[in-house]
Amino acid sequence: MFGYVLRRLLGAIPTLFLIITLSFFLMRVAPGGPFDRERALEAKVLENLNRVFHLDRPLWEQYLYYLGNLARGDLGPSFIYRDFSVQQLLGSGLPISIQLGATALLLALLIGSVLGTIAALRQNSWVDYGVTAVATFGITVPNFVVAPLLSLVFGVWLSLLPAGGWGNGGPANMLLPVITLALPQVAVIARLIRGSMIEALRSDHVRTARAYGLPARMVVIVHAMRAACLPVVSYLGPAAAALLTGSVVVETIFGLPGIGRYFVQGALNRDYTLVMGTVIIIAVFVVVFNLVVDLIYAALDPRVRYD
Amino acid sequence: MLRMAGIRPLVAGALLVAGVFAGASTALAQVTYVRGNDANPETLDQHKTSTIAEANILRDLYEGLVIYSAKAEVIPGVAESWETSDDGLTWTFKLRDAKWSNGDPVTAEDFVFSYQRILNPETGAKYANMLYVIKNGEKVNKGELQPSELGVKAVDDKTLEITLENPTPYFLQLLTHQTSYPVHKASVEKFGSDFVKPENMVTNGPYKLVSFVPNDKVVLEKNPEFREADKVAIDRVEFVPFEERATCVRRFEAGEVLSCSDLPAEQLQSLKDRLGEQVHVVPYLGTYYYALNNKRDDLKDPRVRQALSMMVDREFIANEIWSGAMLPAYTFVPPGIGNYEGGGPKVEWADLDPLDKEDQAIALMKEAGFGPDNPLELEISYSAGENHKNTATAIADMWKPLGVNVTFNVRDGSAHYSHLRDSDDYEVARAGWIGDFSDPVNFLQLWESDNTGFNYSKYENPEYDKLMDQAAAESDLAKREEILRQAEALLVKDAAVISMLYYSSMSLVSPKLKGWEDNIQNAHATRWMSISE
Repeated sequence: MFGYVLRRLLGAIPTLFLIITLSFFLMRVAPGGPFDRERALEAKVLENLNRVFHLDRPLWEQYLYYLGNLARGDLGPSFIYRDFSVQQLLGSGLPISIQLGATALLLALLIGSVLGTIAALRQNSWVDYGVTAVATFGITVPNFVVAPLLSLVFGVWLSLLPAGGWGNGGPANMLLPVITLALPQVAVIARLIRGSMIEALRSDHVRTARAYGLPARMVVIVHAMRAACLPVVSYLGPAAAALLTGSVVVETIFGLPGIGRYFVQGALNRDYTLVMGTVIIIAVFVVVFNLVVDLIYAALDPRVRYD
Repeated sequence: MLRMAGIRPLVAGALLVAGVFAGASTALAQVTYVRGNDANPETLDQHKTSTIAEANILRDLYEGLVIYSAKAEVIPGVAESWETSDDGLTWTFKLRDAKWSNGDPVTAEDFVFSYQRILNPETGAKYANMLYVIKNGEKVNKGELQPSELGVKAVDDKTLEITLENPTPYFLQLLTHQTSYPVHKASVEKFGSDFVKPENMVTNGPYKLVSFVPNDKVVLEKNPEFREADKVAIDRVEFVPFEERATCVRRFEAGEVLSCSDLPAEQLQSLKDRLGEQVHVVPYLGTYYYALNNKRDDLKDPRVRQALSMMVDREFIANEIWSGAMLPAYTFVPPGIGNYEGGGPKVEWADLDPLDKEDQAIALMKEAGFGPDNPLELEISYSAGENHKNTATAIADMWKPLGVNVTFNVRDGSAHYSHLRDSDDYEVARAGWIGDFSDPVNFLQLWESDNTGFNYSKYENPEYDKLMDQAAAESDLAKREEILRQAEALLVKDAAVISMLYYSSMSLVSPKLKGWEDNIQNAHATRWMSISE
């Protein structure tokens, strides 16, 4: 088990290296640089800036310089936010994105599996149709519609909750963004659980459990659920990586200081180091969560073993 | 049912928490101004600054030699008085007894150090060129001279002497810009570029820095050492960045912010209907224009350029596309600018009947050899954005009667502007210019032939350059204004550029916020304001 984890983590290093190299050069293919804005800069001033940020060197030299810094754990200074290093920016934003994403994920898991299970148990009843309708709605209505609507209704019209802002992570400030983030996930999870639960309820081991005369609740929660979870677990790997690294839409509309915005802002501003930093974080999250998913899979499904 | 049961206690809990917070803030009885800002500041270092969002914050943190009043008139700041030599080249400022937030006195040496720092090429200052008017400023920034050779000297602790390259009638205007604010020498020497961190920053303005969390807020608190601290009514300012303008509007309507520094132009009409006088739309020092690449074969002929310019229906674009958030423009320098009281030159065709205008424009095109049988193919380049797109589409339509076929080239901002700077294959290109200081030179210098980085039209007219040189050497303000007007008249005659719209600044201001005075600079220092319940 330990050996397996170690092997997987070591195997991720070349992958990360490849991602870093590709992103570094791809980003430089985009025309324009970090200092090309609507307000043009004096030629001499631009030259000074390029020198300060080593942009006057050949690209391969900049690449080696970046790798050298990275090896020392230094993600470099941001080209745009000049009072901060990329570490500082990601360091202050990531915990907030994780907090929001994790809460949304837990909420979605809880509500999604309950809804999915109920729908599966009452298959083809109005409850089932209701859940399917809600799920379809949750998937099809994009978050850039949900977020301003929630903010308008609960923030402006009803004045129940803040219309935006982080407010040092108060629960009132987190509620609407978390709901926005969770909604599509609830939908996906409910549908996945419903499908796999229906299948699980018909499987041999559940029939055996029933034959033993176990109470229905026990059969569903312990025996059927375990099998029904598997597709959700594989879905959760990439979903968790995406949720925990922040959402540009939700952060922009609610005005939250997470890292989701840095990827888009960074790319539009050609803030090379900041984009690299977010790419690395996202890549690491994807690698780690895929590993976690595989481990959970082994724990849930007795047929899977990693030795 | 299950879902309802889950949410109710949560909402109740949220309300409880909100109640506790509200209780806490009244207990402290501190006056806090939550203030919407354009964007995140990219830096709080006055020497690296370049954006309006930064200007808004730095104006509260620091005080320069002169400052803007609530109405954006230049009034004494750290300098209580000043005099200029007869040739207009030497300015002597007498500093008053002012203190830094740590109690140190503000000295002339602080200013000398600051101006040397911004022009030092190693600082990488984006707006270093603002101070090129100071003797040797440009040479120091190019690394040709040492910073110590800059024309700024401390005669004694309270006397600062600045020598200029040319008599510069707008010099005081320049000094109101955030790049002219002093830095606290001892902190910069001790902390290097980290002097901007909240724990290190020492300021000399009405406020000091408490915290700066990107994408969240910048918090300032009253500086008790400030020379007029007793006149500062607001204790705490929270600058909240809103890249998404509609978010600010919602938080304003929810009563969470007291002002927004910009508005979504497409919602302007509905905002006016809904919020009435709280919507402030005020003329601003900026011009939205289309550069016409004068070096391209098709656009070389001034008759073609003029025909194109004549066909642009500015009123339609300003009112229909920009919902009145912009004003129609026929000349490049916006009205209301300083040292240009007489306004720009007259544009003869501006008031013509649209049909006559069209006839004249078609005739001009015909003279230049273009018409239905020989259509002109043009490409409009613009940076991505809904209103830019609508503007370009409308213009393509307005040019149809001239037999002009338009194609579009859309890039994101960074790609668009680097293309304008580095290439010469574009034809018609959208751009904008927001004035850094209130003087026509700030706008007209764009079209000097040696201003390669900014002259997107690649306009080259020795006569224009000569007039600009004359204006730079002229110290009589009335004569200077006349020379500048002649220069701008040339710009109109040659149709070097399509001046299309003047920007407005758009703000939301709560009736609770007192002391907000609309002004063309859109400069609103918190120190002039107060909050009433």
